[in-house]
Amino acid sequence: MESEGDAVGENTRGFNQGRYDSVAKLEAYEELKSEARAIKEDAIERLPELLDELEETVEENGGTVYFADDAEDANRYIREVVAGKDAERLVKSKSMTSEEIEVNEALEADGVEVVETDLGEWVLQVADEAPSHIVAPAIHKSRAEIAALFNEVFDPEDELETAEELTKFARDRLGELIEGADVGMTGANFITADSGTIALVTSEGNARKSAVVPDTHIAVSGVEKVIPRVEDLSPFVELIGRSGTGQDITSYISLLTPPGASPVPNFEDGDSALAGDHEGIGAGANPDREFHLVLIDNGRLAMRQDAELKETLYCIRCSACSNSCANFQSVGGHVFGGETYSGGIATGWEAGIEGLDVAGGFNDLCTSCSRCVNACPVKIDIPWINTVVRDRINRQADGNADWLVEGLVPDEEPGGMDVQKRLFGNFETFAGLGCALAPVSNWMADLSVSRRLMERVFGVDRRRELPSFQRTTLKKWYDERGPKVSAPRRQVVLYPDLYTNTMQVDRGKAAVRALEAMGIQVVIPDVRSTGRAPLSQGMIATAREHAEDVYSGLALHLDSDRDVVVIEPSDLAMFKSEYEKLLPERSFRRLAEHSYDVMEYLLELAEEDGGPGFEALCSPDDGRSGEVAYHPNCQQKTIRKAEFTVALLEELGYDVVTSDVECCGMAGSFGYKTEYYELSMDVGESLKGQFTAPETRERTVVDSGTSCHKQLESLLPRESRHAVELVAPESR
Amino acid sequence: MVSRQSKEESSRAFIANSIERDGMVTSVVGTFTSKLDEIDVAVSQIERGELAETIDRVVRTPAVGVPVDVDGGSLPDVVEVEPTVDDVRAARTGVTPATLGIAEYGSVVLEADPFGSEVASLFPELHVAVLRESDVVGEMREAFEWLGPRLREDRSSEIIATGPSATADMGGLVRGAHGPEAVHVILLADRVEETVERGSETEVADE
Repeated sequence: MESEGDAVGENTRGFNQGRYDSVAKLEAYEELKSEARAIKEDAIERLPELLDELEETVEENGGTVYFADDAEDANRYIREVVAGKDAERLVKSKSMTSEEIEVNEALEADGVEVVETDLGEWVLQVADEAPSHIVAPAIHKSRAEIAALFNEVFDPEDELETAEELTKFARDRLGELIEGADVGMTGANFITADSGTIALVTSEGNARKSAVVPDTHIAVSGVEKVIPRVEDLSPFVELIGRSGTGQDITSYISLLTPPGASPVPNFEDGDSALAGDHEGIGAGANPDREFHLVLIDNGRLAMRQDAELKETLYCIRCSACSNSCANFQSVGGHVFGGETYSGGIATGWEAGIEGLDVAGGFNDLCTSCSRCVNACPVKIDIPWINTVVRDRINRQADGNADWLVEGLVPDEEPGGMDVQKRLFGNFETFAGLGCALAPVSNWMADLSVSRRLMERVFGVDRRRELPSFQRTTLKKWYDERGPKVSAPRRQVVLYPDLYTNTMQVDRGKAAVRALEAMGIQVVIPDVRSTGRAPLSQGMIATAREHAEDVYSGLALHLDSDRDVVVIEPSDLAMFKSEYEKLLPERSFRRLAEHSYDVMEYLLELAEEDGGPGFEALCSPDDGRSGEVAYHPNCQQKTIRKAEFTVALLEELGYDVVTSDVECCGMAGSFGYKTEYYELSMDVGESLKGQFTAPETRERTVVDSGTSCHKQLESLLPRESRHAVELVAPESR
Repeated sequence: MVSRQSKEESSRAFIANSIERDGMVTSVVGTFTSKLDEIDVAVSQIERGELAETIDRVVRTPAVGVPVDVDGGSLPDVVEVEPTVDDVRAARTGVTPATLGIAEYGSVVLEADPFGSEVASLFPELHVAVLRESDVVGEMREAFEWLGPRLREDRSSEIIATGPSATADMGGLVRGAHGPEAVHVILLADRVEETVERGSETEVADE
């Protein structure tokens, strides 16, 4: 896959770390997110009414509102306004919506000079490239590349080199162009219906100049940007800079209520007074000013009626989902993006505005690692939107290799869907066969002829070591062994997740021993896999069938007051979050409330009265390595369970260093796919770096998720184990 | 939180004179000035009548500005308050009033007016903002409680400005992109007597 070098990775990781630091200082962070979410939910719900109010308000202010059905309609109106002013030059501040409608091209076709005044946008205009990030459009360009570009195109007297020199050069040049401009165009981050105020979140000052210098201001905005009241801006102002670039607040939050009272400076006549003839103008709108608000539908009103895509309209374009995405950090927005938008939320935008085909071009880059979920300031379930769109793409697919898997797999999906997705989505079936036929199945799978076939037909990359199925599954082992605890405190269900049950049986046995050491009698019921595998391929109907079976299989145990302990964090995350979309509300709540991460549960047991404490588990005193390098699973971090492992290990006396990468890069089946193998390994480089540094390279590697385990095995020469294997006593 | 109404600005009933942080009650003005310091914005806390001499001291000449309407204060002659467009182009400093300060962010709110404040605060390399202490609020939410009625009734344009203009688009953080590279806030003491009163109130609140 193509990617854009180190600049994207370095800059997005910087923004992402800035976000963590900045929101940590915000005491009411979670409350502000809830408030922001509620405002957007209400605004989209009442959108038609708010748009009516806004139109009235803007007209009262002395401006004009135009509702455009689509890009062409918007551009036609804008061209008419510009032609009506006999305008030769239009200056623009950064606006993704104006990129969406491609207004620059439309105006340039009429012979109008269009100048992007945001420095990043201007770099791209000079380079004739598209933005690769919704907030920092030229994030993929290094300082050296920009300097080389400017030196070549403008041939300045003194070669430009430093960021200061480049900025000053751009400022001077753009300053002259702004002074002579006839029309200024801005976007809008928010528009308040009660006052007709356009809120712009910027740092350079170019939006202010573009709005105040020319006598005509055109603001282009999607209809979804309207919110009811000025006061509603407050939580967004506190969240947007922090969420995006990690700034507590940007230099300028412009609350422009055009046309506005500012005089129009006449830069063509240097002797003219700045204030012009302000006698009699007062505080109201300056009659010399003209304002047009172009509100664009372009698919948004249909998205509002689409139960699954509707949430996309809450997006405030902060870029947190891009910056927190390990894949985005590696490839950037030219790869992880569509016609206009990039990053996780782009799938929603592009599906709604352009259609499924455009969204399908990059949708698979979302691995549902879920790191964007807590980062989003309006709490959009971005992985779910990606899953829904993937499901829709699957259902409209017209494949030609049905015969290979049709009939062999028990899924609920239509014939014709992508055969690779179908293979990974039905992993449970193959794992069952794999165990039954082990070790022959493992030898067979490892044969080079099999690997070549699997790569050609299913796109399973030959360079990946395949999981090795165990002939004796965890459940079979436990059924034969039986419980070994006398006078148990209580019974709990140890959920036999697919990976522990068929492949990483040792971590399952360790969990049994650890729970028994704490006086717990373990029950391992015959319950199928959670449906994580089909869900990650967009096979929602199949995943729902799994969820229903799992709940049926566990209901009796829940009714018997047995908690459900889960080893695989990606499956615990299914119970705790995705099942909300797959099960009836009551079933979801019941299972979610009684499900625990195995390390969390052990910690709680140890702290509880009436049974063995920490001494029953293994500490470094028991001859185990006390220095640990721990990599928590991405979904485990999102559901905030990773810290329990750290707490339990530290309580037992281990010294823990935790990785701070968002995702290991494997992300379930993602890293096995031929087309993503290299990206997966590239993402893994950060983790490798952290665990091979001088201060960590001797440490015992500890993991929690199956796919992270496989990735760590391929990144590092030393072994990695689940944390429960570290703390579980030897065989009892 | 101790809150009371400012005498001079009775309409701004929401103004909080002190905010509680880590169990300590700090005056909003104290929070504001330390935040300004943190974001490298210079601040001069002055008494009534010191405005002209303070501006004289801090401006980079030539300077332009708009009339600053504060009691007993006027701008010194060095500031051209009826500038031509060429004066603006040549100016190194722009002096304007600020309508509000927001302590927890170190922000000042600038209102667009018919005198050209928006241009004067934006084009020169140094922006000097003149603000009354009684116009400093603690939190962003309070600022919007003032901005809401203001924008609805007057349909005014306001800029919440925090520090100098900046960009990271050229491969490194640079101050002074299209707007000023430096900001200086002049904070006029206009509630000296209240501070005393407030001091005793704070003690009461602490008990």
